[in-house]
Amino acid sequence: MKIIAAMSGGVDSAVAAARAVEAGHEVIGVHLALSSNPQKYRSGARGCCTIEDSHDARRAADVIGIPFYIWDMADEFHEGVVENFMSEYKAGRTPNPCLRCNEKIKFAAVLDRAKAMGFDGVVTGHYARTRETDAGRTLHRAVDPLKDQSYVLAVLNREQINGAIFPLGDTEKVDIRKEAEARGLAVAQKPDSHDICFVPSGDNAGWLRDRMGSEVGPIVDQDGNKLGEHKGAYTYTIGQRKGLGLTVPTADGSPRFVLKIEPISNTVVVGAREDLAVTSMRGERPIFCGPEVGAAPLRGFVQVRAHGAALDCTYYMDNDQLVAELDQPLLGLATGQAMVIYDGDRVVGSATICETA
Amino acid sequence: MSVYLDHAATTPMFDVAIDAMNSALRKLGNPSSLHTEGRSTRKDVEDAREKIAQAVGCLASEVIFTGSGTEADNAAIKGLFWHSDKKVILVSSIEHHAVLDPAQWLAEHEGAELIQIPVNTDGVIDLDFVKKTVAERGSELALISVMHSNNETGVIQPIADIVKIAGDIPVHCDAVQSFTKVPLSFKDLGLFAMTISGHKVGGPLGIGALILRRAVEIPALLHGGGQERDIRSGTLNAPSIVAFASAVEAKLYDAKKIAALRDSFEAGVLAARPDAVINGKSAPRLPGISNITFPGTQSDSLLLLMDSEKVSCSTGAACTAGVHRPSHVLMAMGLTDVVSQSSLRFSFGTTNTEADVAYALSVLPTVIERGLAANAVGKK
Repeated sequence: MKIIAAMSGGVDSAVAAARAVEAGHEVIGVHLALSSNPQKYRSGARGCCTIEDSHDARRAADVIGIPFYIWDMADEFHEGVVENFMSEYKAGRTPNPCLRCNEKIKFAAVLDRAKAMGFDGVVTGHYARTRETDAGRTLHRAVDPLKDQSYVLAVLNREQINGAIFPLGDTEKVDIRKEAEARGLAVAQKPDSHDICFVPSGDNAGWLRDRMGSEVGPIVDQDGNKLGEHKGAYTYTIGQRKGLGLTVPTADGSPRFVLKIEPISNTVVVGAREDLAVTSMRGERPIFCGPEVGAAPLRGFVQVRAHGAALDCTYYMDNDQLVAELDQPLLGLATGQAMVIYDGDRVVGSATICETA
Repeated sequence: MSVYLDHAATTPMFDVAIDAMNSALRKLGNPSSLHTEGRSTRKDVEDAREKIAQAVGCLASEVIFTGSGTEADNAAIKGLFWHSDKKVILVSSIEHHAVLDPAQWLAEHEGAELIQIPVNTDGVIDLDFVKKTVAERGSELALISVMHSNNETGVIQPIADIVKIAGDIPVHCDAVQSFTKVPLSFKDLGLFAMTISGHKVGGPLGIGALILRRAVEIPALLHGGGQERDIRSGTLNAPSIVAFASAVEAKLYDAKKIAALRDSFEAGVLAARPDAVINGKSAPRLPGISNITFPGTQSDSLLLLMDSEKVSCSTGAACTAGVHRPSHVLMAMGLTDVVSQSSLRFSFGTTNTEADVAYALSVLPTVIERGLAANAVGKK
């Protein structure tokens, strides 16, 4: 096949591209320039769109022996991911921009462009596996549980999964580094990237404050009694305990947690730990990576964070919403997060949480 | 088959230049040394200087060797500015970054005022603007810099007219693309300073020259041994200088043949894609450069697709991160940023043949179709 290898400049995508070449594909390396004003250097483990990273990607492509180009996707990334990140926070939800990037950029803008140009698909360094089944290609967890990235890929529909190749899902990260070393790839020991690539400081709250201002508002208890003030509701997350700066203590001295963020009234609601408990969730915009789910309840697992636990649940569709009912309550779940349903290690699909109870 | 149509970026070294360089590399002696070996290398360098001077139409003492065309441009722009007690720099809006960026740097760091000369839709600078600026601000002008021909479009600029208008104001001309391709004489043009480069004319990379009028002392960028008139220090790169001169002396550039290849390519492109636009077509142009807009495409996609088909061309100008930006040259000619990002530069050189043109034309229709499709999904 003729495929595009999305190369971030990191070790994973470099090895993925090399493996795709070895598998006999005709591979062209592409680095996505996602920032219109890229920083020159990486700072630690953060950022993935610096000029230094694009040099690393180019060097890896040269060593592998494939053509290499840079695609400017800065506008698409800004519109599809960064602006969405801000508007979600503004609406009191907690988005995951990595999922959004996979859905809107890597396996949409890039895959669509690649297909139009005569390529068959996109290979990336994500840790996940696909299998060919009677029901078509399905998406599965990687063998390395610490690196498994099936959660952030659960926004891909069947067509996108059919155009994707994940060559690393069968290998542990430590072995990928060894393989990179053996292949003479200079990025073999490059640190993994963490956090959000467009927030190089790692300080999400500060980043949001810089762009959206910090409108002071009340922090209240569940009865509406004012306990303190916040500096911008969107910088808080559900379940947060630290940094609330409350002046009125609870009667028994027990800590308070953020229960709810109300964007319109700019209010943060706090309460006791047990009030964080959630036993069911509803998600909108469901996407199924394999066979679609119907109204009939099924048993499986739901995961609500990139490296969170897989929680036993019953799931089903209720009109156009995906519902998961948990066997055990979960503490602290924000709307805007993705709920990803698994059947064993198979990714069933995902939805954006819009309601919890 | 693979076809190289990016000779304006760099062109193959001529065999005579490679041979000259090989012998020079085997030769011992720092041209600044006083002993036998040094004198022998010095003779080679000075022979080369005279050959280049002859081709440029200047005195041998007016040739200052540099490490690149960019260095020569920087030395000229900064040197002439620092040399003057005036603060205004007048440059064309379509200069290479090697001229634009030092001029901008002087504006940001050294109190210069930068005025850019607009161009018409064919990419030729507006002489009336130059006249008006010289009339109104002449007493404040430290220097004028206009390129002999543009690296993206090949459009030739009216340098003689500019020099006439400028009067006593020093005029620098970046002649990197024009040198050896079209008739060009430093003396006849009446220039103050001019830039040429080795690897654009069949010589090696890493050698250029600033042609600077005799007895003009401008401040140096590189200080040290003072080898080149105290304006450029650094051990003379004798093998590259010798090879540069051999390439120039060989006079292998067949302008007529290359112009014919370009014309036949352009005719083929227009036959296949009647909506294609050849930028600067009605202006005088270099023989070897063709800049073509393919409406509805994105040039970086086209370049990738052409490259996959083994045809090497260019999007015009690349920036640091390799991200394609709209060309300031095409924008100055009045193209929108979208249209200027739909353009490719094909540049022809001595190694090209009719078969190359035929091959490039044979792959073009599919490339454009796919480029259009790729751009259409981007707009979704």
